Amino acid sequence: MSAVKKTATVKSQVSLASDVYSLVLEIPEIASLAKAGQFVSVYSKDGSKLLPRPISLCETDKEAGTIRLVYRVVGAGTREFSNLQEGDLVEVMGPLGNGFSKKEKKAILIGGGIGIPPMLQLAKELDFEKSIVLGFRDETFLLEDLKANGEVYIASEDGKTGVSGNVLDAIREYGITGDVIYACGPTPMLRAIKEYAASNHIEAQLSLEEKMACGIGACLACVCRSKDVDDHSHVKNKRICKDGPVFDAQEVEL
Amino acid sequence: MNLSVKIAGVEFKNPVTVASGTFGSGAEYSDFVDLSRLGAVTTKGVANVPWEGNATPRIAETYGGMMNAVGLQNPGMDVFCKRDIPFLQQYDTNIIVNVCGRTEQDYVEVVERLADEDVDLLEINVSCPNVKEGGIAFGQDPKALAHITEEIKKKAKQPVIMKLSPNVTDITVMAKAAEAAGADALSLINTLTGMKIDIHRRNFAVANKTGGVSGPAIKPIAVRMVYQVANAVKIPIIGMGGIMNYEDAIEFMMAGASAVAVGTANFHNPYTTVEIVEGIQKFMEEKGIEDINEIIGCVKQESEN
Repeated sequence: MSAVKKTATVKSQVSLASDVYSLVLEIPEIASLAKAGQFVSVYSKDGSKLLPRPISLCETDKEAGTIRLVYRVVGAGTREFSNLQEGDLVEVMGPLGNGFSKKEKKAILIGGGIGIPPMLQLAKELDFEKSIVLGFRDETFLLEDLKANGEVYIASEDGKTGVSGNVLDAIREYGITGDVIYACGPTPMLRAIKEYAASNHIEAQLSLEEKMACGIGACLACVCRSKDVDDHSHVKNKRICKDGPVFDAQEVEL
Repeated sequence: MNLSVKIAGVEFKNPVTVASGTFGSGAEYSDFVDLSRLGAVTTKGVANVPWEGNATPRIAETYGGMMNAVGLQNPGMDVFCKRDIPFLQQYDTNIIVNVCGRTEQDYVEVVERLADEDVDLLEINVSCPNVKEGGIAFGQDPKALAHITEEIKKKAKQPVIMKLSPNVTDITVMAKAAEAAGADALSLINTLTGMKIDIHRRNFAVANKTGGVSGPAIKPIAVRMVYQVANAVKIPIIGMGGIMNYEDAIEFMMAGASAVAVGTANFHNPYTTVEIVEGIQKFMEEKGIEDINEIIGCVKQESEN
């Protein structure tokens, strides 16, 4: 299994919330290989922006040969992507990274903010009892898609939807239990989940992010501190793009 | 049609290699390109012991390029010799090992360790702007550069390429110092020291505060420096700095480079190296150039005539 860089055709793009977009790309070479928790590198057409933007896979449809990316506009590069329309072409490399390691255990899927999208494909692939816990700042997105694939619990910072607070507040409030956690979201959230999982003696798989350049493990830009010596450089730096983005919580220091 | 060039007595099947640090030891990019199509693979810098590198974030995009402060994370020479050299030997390409160190002794240790290894050339990184000791400290003072070059030449079994920093007032002074001290070839340019500030966080974009700027934004500076150095020394030059396509590669060769290295472009398009080899071939066919060596420094010769 290896990644390719190809030209994808835009099938559709819709706005899901303020600055959050859902982009469906036809790219069978990537869709056929992709699994939950992996990501793709998306390239700008503007020659002043050379580095790809890593974006997680929200859904893959192997039969249709499509992938769905749900992303937030955070700068000029993602702003450019948000203007893509049906029929437009865009350069994409993938699938990249390791993805989640699916366990046959009662699962808690936790997504925070723009870390929510990869939970959709995972929820679809996990054929086991599961709870889906989502943390929003204010506006919600992807709720209907996720509800179709599991029991959904929500926390929001403004308290307008679900529990007022964060994802761990929701887990406590609703008495959610599980034997494995899969999580993606901002680092403070992942740090809290790592502690929660350790004190409850349950496995947790955390999807991390960092500024990337090559996306394939060559440039060593996107490392995280690891408990053990890494295989590549024999220091304690795992490559998020290649060894991750999904790590066992005990494996990494956050 | 001849694409082969010679650097310090070593024949390259074509003049295209990669810039150290942008290509690992080739393993990751071998999923995208056949390494045997390249004139050489230049490895990421290797030290005598493993180096952790800098804190993250280590990179930031800049207009028409990027800034990195990876800090030479590497596994050290033992792992490198056991794992990376045998990997590269599977391919029909030259191996250029980039060597880094904190002290002169560190560099010499690596060079001695590589003496019995089947590698073709050594490239000495005396120009990394992102490490506190070693690196650029040897590349900004002609006396220090000459001294480390001499010490390395005493122990090296392979031809030695000194990689020069553009962060100097006059790069020809450094080039001449390296040549006089016995360097077999030069490579230039390493990255230009830069800074980027994240105005929203009121903080530096990379944890190291400063980083090395690379990519097409710096190409005119690199071409100028290659031209200046080509006019100042007799030893061959590997030119680099923002090469994105075959036109850029030809430009460096016309400025005086005998070979070229592709760096940041690998991050933009992992197929760039092979596309450049093919592009050079096509250019030669179109222009009726029989031998690539004809164009090396051709702009220099014409302006002097």
